[in-house]
Amino acid sequence: MQRITFFQGESVIHRIDPRARVVVAAVYAVLVAMAVRLDVLGVALGVAAATVAAARLPWRDVLGRLIPLNVFMLLLLVTLPLTSGGEPLFSVGPVGVSRQGLRLAATIAIKGNAIVLALVALLATVEVTALGHALSHLRVPDKLTWLLLFSVRYIDVIHREYRRMAAAMKVRGFRPRANLHTYRTYGHLVGMLLVRSFDRADRVLAAMKCRGFQGRFYVLDHFHFSRRDAAFTLTAGVVLLLMAVAEWTPWA
Amino acid sequence: MGVDQPQITLADVSFSFAPDRPVLRRCCLELRPGQRVGVTGANGSGKSTLLHLIVGLLMPDEGTIEAFGKPRNREADFREVRRRAGLLFQDSEDQLFCPTVAEDVAFGPLNLGRTRGQVHEVVARSLDTLGLAGYEDRVTYQLSGGEKRLVALATVLAMEPDVLLLDEPTAGLDEAVQQRLADLLVGLPQAMLIASHDRAFLQQIATRTEHLRDGHL
Ligand SMILES: Nc1ncnc2c1ncn2[C@@H]1O[C@H](COP(=O)(O)OP(=O)(O)OP(=O)(O)O)[C@@H](O)[C@H]1O
Ligand SMILES: [Mg+2]
Repeated sequence: MQRITFFQGESVIHRIDPRARVVVAAVYAVLVAMAVRLDVLGVALGVAAATVAAARLPWRDVLGRLIPLNVFMLLLLVTLPLTSGGEPLFSVGPVGVSRQGLRLAATIAIKGNAIVLALVALLATVEVTALGHALSHLRVPDKLTWLLLFSVRYIDVIHREYRRMAAAMKVRGFRPRANLHTYRTYGHLVGMLLVRSFDRADRVLAAMKCRGFQGRFYVLDHFHFSRRDAAFTLTAGVVLLLMAVAEWTPWA
Repeated sequence: MGVDQPQITLADVSFSFAPDRPVLRRCCLELRPGQRVGVTGANGSGKSTLLHLIVGLLMPDEGTIEAFGKPRNREADFREVRRRAGLLFQDSEDQLFCPTVAEDVAFGPLNLGRTRGQVHEVVARSLDTLGLAGYEDRVTYQLSGGEKRLVALATVLAMEPDVLLLDEPTAGLDEAVQQRLADLLVGLPQAMLIASHDRAFLQQIATRTEHLRDGHL
């Protein structure tokens, strides 16, 4: 399994109460998704990059996270200017590249990158357990929180189970080929994985019942909202407010 | 409940997963305070099934189960049994479902409505008893098999049960840890039922051994 390690760093951002980070990230994402002004979006991107810098994350890994997004963006960047009509800026052969299309493509690209950068800086730096607890403190429905926590706990177990079965197949001379035997074997493998996970879910529930589980999770450690967290929330609030004002007041 | 009244009584309990293959046939068993009863039997003879029946994870087809002085028939009856009889599962992977060791051990006591102070104390105590001090913040799925076994036992002890039901407690433990576990179990006041293939271990700790064969004890 790919290990996610951004949360292991040491920085001002890492020390901020996860609840504050979740709320700020959510508001930021909504705001940026709704904004259309290029200057505001540019500032938003800058703010996100500054937050990544403050979190002292390795830039190479952060940029690595942006690659899949931008491959997809490239598709939009190529097609949108050609297809959205409007006043042509210049033309390549028979197709006109429109100013509106170019603008739209740029807006989308900036939004996407800004949001991903902000999420990496604010949320990827939270340890998953803490994230689950933060969500449950923020009154996110319990079921969603458990889904997250149990996925984290058992994805590795299921992956190990898969590797064990694959190894067992290999030591008995199985080599994947393009034939029916191979397809049938893969069918069995996936089927077993599903059945086993299902059974395991039953047994885990049994174990939880044995320890008095009655449909409620209690959190062992509580977060402490410190003065530093308040300062962070306030600063972020002001920045977000300024961005909103710049975006939506007619005279700006 | 008198001092010598059995804490757990199985009377003529029968159980099968499939009608044509009975696992247990009219089993009778008594567990009295202070007893440490070993249960042996071949693979698939029904040892785990027996333990699961006692805490109501499975329901008997016939016969009655009495625990802590009351007959237990329905799911609601068994809630109290599960609180007072701590079951160590054969596969610890099933038993440890919280991300960190401390959270997992705390899960039971929190469900029992203990205060945070009490919970932290009982977590520290259970881990300490098993030589796991310092494991609090370890991630459960990254532990070794033997470590998982011990943490699972800690989660059971943290419930402060009156009776222990241990399914293969020594599986995956090295000899030194097995010895420590044996000493620990002998020192505990609780009555216990121990399903195990490990004869030497049972000889060391059990006050009596029952053999399960063809569905009979
Ligand atoms: N969920 C299930 N569905 C159907 N059959 C089952 C199920 N669980 C167990 N069995 C069967 O019931 C019988 C008793 O199983 P059990 O797990 O109690 O054996 P055991 O004595 O604990 O064996 P081991 O020493 O291998 O742990 C076995 O034949 C097994 O195949
Ligand atoms: Mg068993």
